[in-house]
Amino acid sequence: MNKREFLKGAIVFFPAGGVLSALARQAAGKETPAQATPPPAANGQQAYDPAHHLYGMGVDVDKCIGCNRCAVACKAENGVPDEPFYFRTWVERYTIARDGEVVVENISLGAVRETTQDAREIVRTFFVPKLCNHCANPPCVQVCPVNATFTTQDGAVIVDAERCIGCRYCIQACPYGARYLHPKTKTADKCTFCYHRLVKGLQPACVEVCPTQARIFGDLKSRASRLVRFRRLNKLHVLKPQLNTEPKVYYANLDGEVR
Amino acid sequence: MSPHGGDGLAELLGQITGFIFPNEIEIHWSILIVVYPYVTGLVAGAFILASLVKVFKVKEVQPTYRLALLTALAFLLVAPLPLLLHLGKPLRFYEILLTPNPTSAMAMFGFVYAWYLMGVLLLEIWFEYRRDLITLARTARFPLNWVYRVLSLFSRDVSEAALAFDRKAIQFITIIGIPSAFLLHGYVGFIFGSVKANPWWSSVLMPIVFLMSAIVSGIALVIFLYMVLAGIRREPIDMACLDKIASYLFYAVIVDFSLEALDFIHRLYQSEESVKILGSLITHKLFMSLFVIQILLGMFIPLGILVLAKMRGFGDELRKLLYFTAAILIQLGIFATRWNVVIGGQLFSKSFRGLMTYKMEITGIEGLVAALVLLALPFAVLYVLIKLLPTRRLDERTPVTG
Repeated sequence: MNKREFLKGAIVFFPAGGVLSALARQAAGKETPAQATPPPAANGQQAYDPAHHLYGMGVDVDKCIGCNRCAVACKAENGVPDEPFYFRTWVERYTIARDGEVVVENISLGAVRETTQDAREIVRTFFVPKLCNHCANPPCVQVCPVNATFTTQDGAVIVDAERCIGCRYCIQACPYGARYLHPKTKTADKCTFCYHRLVKGLQPACVEVCPTQARIFGDLKSRASRLVRFRRLNKLHVLKPQLNTEPKVYYANLDGEVR
Repeated sequence: MSPHGGDGLAELLGQITGFIFPNEIEIHWSILIVVYPYVTGLVAGAFILASLVKVFKVKEVQPTYRLALLTALAFLLVAPLPLLLHLGKPLRFYEILLTPNPTSAMAMFGFVYAWYLMGVLLLEIWFEYRRDLITLARTARFPLNWVYRVLSLFSRDVSEAALAFDRKAIQFITIIGIPSAFLLHGYVGFIFGSVKANPWWSSVLMPIVFLMSAIVSGIALVIFLYMVLAGIRREPIDMACLDKIASYLFYAVIVDFSLEALDFIHRLYQSEESVKILGSLITHKLFMSLFVIQILLGMFIPLGILVLAKMRGFGDELRKLLYFTAAILIQLGIFATRWNVVIGGQLFSKSFRGLMTYKMEITGIEGLVAALVLLALPFAVLYVLIKLLPTRRLDERTPVTG
């Protein structure tokens, strides 16, 4: 082989090798999130195995007092930006007047205002905590062009910020407004059910701080779970069932005005 | 902070009417995403016009054949730029090609685009220009002769058999090209039409409406370019050609309008859960861009103009003026159509209880200036292409094709 041939070969070989090795890395990386490897056992406890769990949440609308602790705790726990338009969870207040007029406010936006409606004209009022519904048939996962958002084996819909390209198709596809583009990372962000806490056997922050137990978290695969009991004792509804997203956040005593 | 800084959004908080989900304040798909379907639409439309010559043997349109192909190429080369600039993480764009999610409509972009660019457009242009490139490689001066030699892929065969093969190849590529052009733009419509969470987008008609409006805008663009080019070159305009294209434009606008009217009436008549919020969307937020620009200026007036011109009572000069005006108004209208779909679909809350506001930036990567640059860029590309590749066959006496 003379020098010219060698150089010719090198011109093809090196870039091709680079592309192939990048491809191999990508191909290998693809499977990791779905089959999250169990963390190493700590303190003699059994290692966490996602195959044995399937998480969901119950919300008892009648128990929510609108204290907004959940939204505050969520922002603190997950580093959600402070501005009043980035939320992984928030609380809505509904006031429904005699003439059928519905006023909805997001009490997590900051100063909680008294309703301006005439109290005598109000027929019913209630609070509704909102969060990602961790749908079993999630439109956001369907549309993500790069598999950056995915469903874990234990049922949480989460985003890999290292993979997300920030196209925001998932934000458009979510019927619940549960996603936002993180202003720092420029990637999609959303509720994870506090996945980092789940794998340690802890509850999501919003559930932990709720003073009235309006939020019930649990494992649908465990018969002893509080969520399974909640599902047995209440008549349940999910948000926008007509869209066939199959949410895993179940609402008890939900009003028909809530979307 | 960059484009979507917290400050800008805080300002928008005061402009909400009714109730919206808190994360919805940010309009995620900005003016750049309006530019993207507009530009791809022009590609598909221009290509379909070019195909008329080869597949349907419409001889009159021959003078615009090459111009339409080059226009399609110029716009196709620019089409991915608005998408790329819009990404939160533009440097990760290659992931969409390396690890595409097969269930994502958007992930197919790279493949549809690559197929259309390499499998259809570049191939057809190469076969169309092959003989001219060989001639130019011989006659042009250094270094252009080398450019032509490379562009011709070092082919030298101008025998009758080779030219016959060129003709056959073009015929074949065009036949594949028409469904491909449909795919390219229908697919863009599908990206929007398949979002079930958004009732303004979610419609099975969306890909077809996108396609028809693409054909309308592409034809209008070729009329515009053909007339401008003739003006610059001080060449006479082939009126038979112009009349023919204008009549295609007329029919395309009629079909486009019918489809959009069908969509509108269907929504109104079905009167689903979202009908109230969509009603206030079009009356409060889209009145100007939908009723005035898209429908009145972009459809009714050009239709009226084309009908007038079709009556043939006018001389050539007046007809030219009428066609030119109609072509420009139609461009305006189709841009407004894209705006109304993309921006309009993000101005109402998915709670169906409130409306948001889109405040376009002027500078910044997703601002008006960037959009204008991206809209001007294809014309610059086209200028270079036309300089390199003649829009008329070098030897008109013995036509290579058609």
